[in-house]
Amino acid sequence: MIELKNISKSFGEHRVLKNVSAKFHKGKVNFIIGRSGSGKSVMTKCTVGLLEPDEGQVLFDGRDFTLMNQRKRKEVHKEIGMLFQGGALFDSMTVSENIKFPLKMFSEMTDQEMDVRVVDCLKRVMLEGHGDKFTGELSGGMQKRVGIARAISMNPKYLFCDEPNSGLDPQTAIVIDNLIIDITREYGMTTVVVSHDMNSVIEASDTIHFIHEGEIAFEGNNAEMMVSKSETLNEFIYASKLMQKLRDR
Amino acid sequence: MGIIFHIGRYTRFILRVFRKPENGPVFRRSLVNEMTTIGTNSVGIVALLSLFMGAVMCLQTAHQVSGWIPVYTIGFTVRQTMILEFSPTLIPVILAGKIGSNIASQLGTMRVTEQIDALEIMGINSAGFLTLPKILAGIICLPLLVIMSMFLGLASGAGIAYVTGVSSMADFQYGLQVDFVSYDVIYALIKTTIFSIIITSVSAYHGYHTHGGALEVAKSSTKAVVYSVVIIMMSNLILTKLLLT
Ligand SMILES: Nc1ncnc2c1ncn2[C@@H]1O[C@H](COP(=O)(O)OP(=O)(O)OP(=O)(O)O)[C@@H](O)[C@H]1O
Ligand SMILES: [Mg+2]
Repeated sequence: MIELKNISKSFGEHRVLKNVSAKFHKGKVNFIIGRSGSGKSVMTKCTVGLLEPDEGQVLFDGRDFTLMNQRKRKEVHKEIGMLFQGGALFDSMTVSENIKFPLKMFSEMTDQEMDVRVVDCLKRVMLEGHGDKFTGELSGGMQKRVGIARAISMNPKYLFCDEPNSGLDPQTAIVIDNLIIDITREYGMTTVVVSHDMNSVIEASDTIHFIHEGEIAFEGNNAEMMVSKSETLNEFIYASKLMQKLRDR
Repeated sequence: MGIIFHIGRYTRFILRVFRKPENGPVFRRSLVNEMTTIGTNSVGIVALLSLFMGAVMCLQTAHQVSGWIPVYTIGFTVRQTMILEFSPTLIPVILAGKIGSNIASQLGTMRVTEQIDALEIMGINSAGFLTLPKILAGIICLPLLVIMSMFLGLASGAGIAYVTGVSSMADFQYGLQVDFVSYDVIYALIKTTIFSIIITSVSAYHGYHTHGGALEVAKSSTKAVVYSVVIIMMSNLILTKLLLT
């Protein structure tokens, strides 16, 4: 479980996160949703220590991350897999090398075992046969999927995905959603997914945190979200005609 | 204010760079790669510049040699300028433009595309992982390039003297050898080594601390070159004072 306690973060005068608290559970797919610019990426980055929160605590299974020194943080980082919003693939490496990289750095695997693992990860994101391409040769959606493959290659305890299926067609998006659900259940990961894709939220979420103007405006599960009285949340969920139709039925 | 901020942040950066690499074999491989980019890929430009510089130095001195100034001064001056200043200082300054902008734009791009964040989140010391191989490659390669530059400069000086007939080979050779102090070469190599650390670390520092997008990457790249050159020139003065007087 990952626990955020009263996290605040400002950039200059701009208060992006205001006293945010949240719990992300083990073996569950925990969603953070909210409008563009509401602070979702900042919230994940504060959680994993890529940004220092101004106030508050982050606990990884009870271990206070905010109090740790660099060396202890590194140990926690080795248990984290992260998909960045922009993919953040190493552009000096091929697709396979990207996925192999964390294995090479930290695992005790032989070269053959690593290759097997790479092919397995590529299969899971439906990119078999693309291993030898350079990341610049891939489409945006393919880069996203390589990012996911790299994030799961080490079987992390904690998985963070910043908009895993933006830029994906609806069919591939569902495959990715299912992949995230499967590996979360299979390995008992604590998974945090940032998204504003209502489809995914409904398909894949176990818990939902809705962030609005830097504050948690709603917390609950799918069913609770659909019947929530929060005005801002309703505006968010039912922004599209399709969702409105769904509600009115 | 600004300068104190940079010194503080640079110091913290360097302390992170000089930590033990996470993975020996991966480190050695990237060291070899960096030696190729920094060393092998600079051989051509260094050779070209040194050949021209040695020749020009020879002709310029010849132009001033007349009357009571002995002809062997030509070989002597070519030797002294190449060994004391051109090879150990100007070659690094020129390489600061080539290597420095390359390092800063590479790290800057990795920063703005979150590749550095991706390294950190894997538990890798990104500053060390990306910078230490570059610094070591610079320390190994630049002195070798400078030694090559010295030889080529002297050879091309001799060549142009022979072709144009401004000096006999015997005079030129005497000039090359007269009053030769081997410490001068050591002084030159100490300077080069320090300049190489300045180029690679200052450029990496600017690239690593890029914020924003493509425009900022370009700015970091410019800053890397300007700061490297200015710091090289200032340390040149200090080192010369310390080592030669
Ligand atoms: N490094 C930074 N410096 C200054 N401001 C920042 C920085 N990072 C984010 N912000 C600001 O914080 C706010 C929240 O940004 P964030 O990236 O978390 O949004 P988001 O919810 O992830 O949006 P999106 O869905 O578009 O990705 C934005 O107003 C942004 O301008
Ligand atoms: Mg975002």
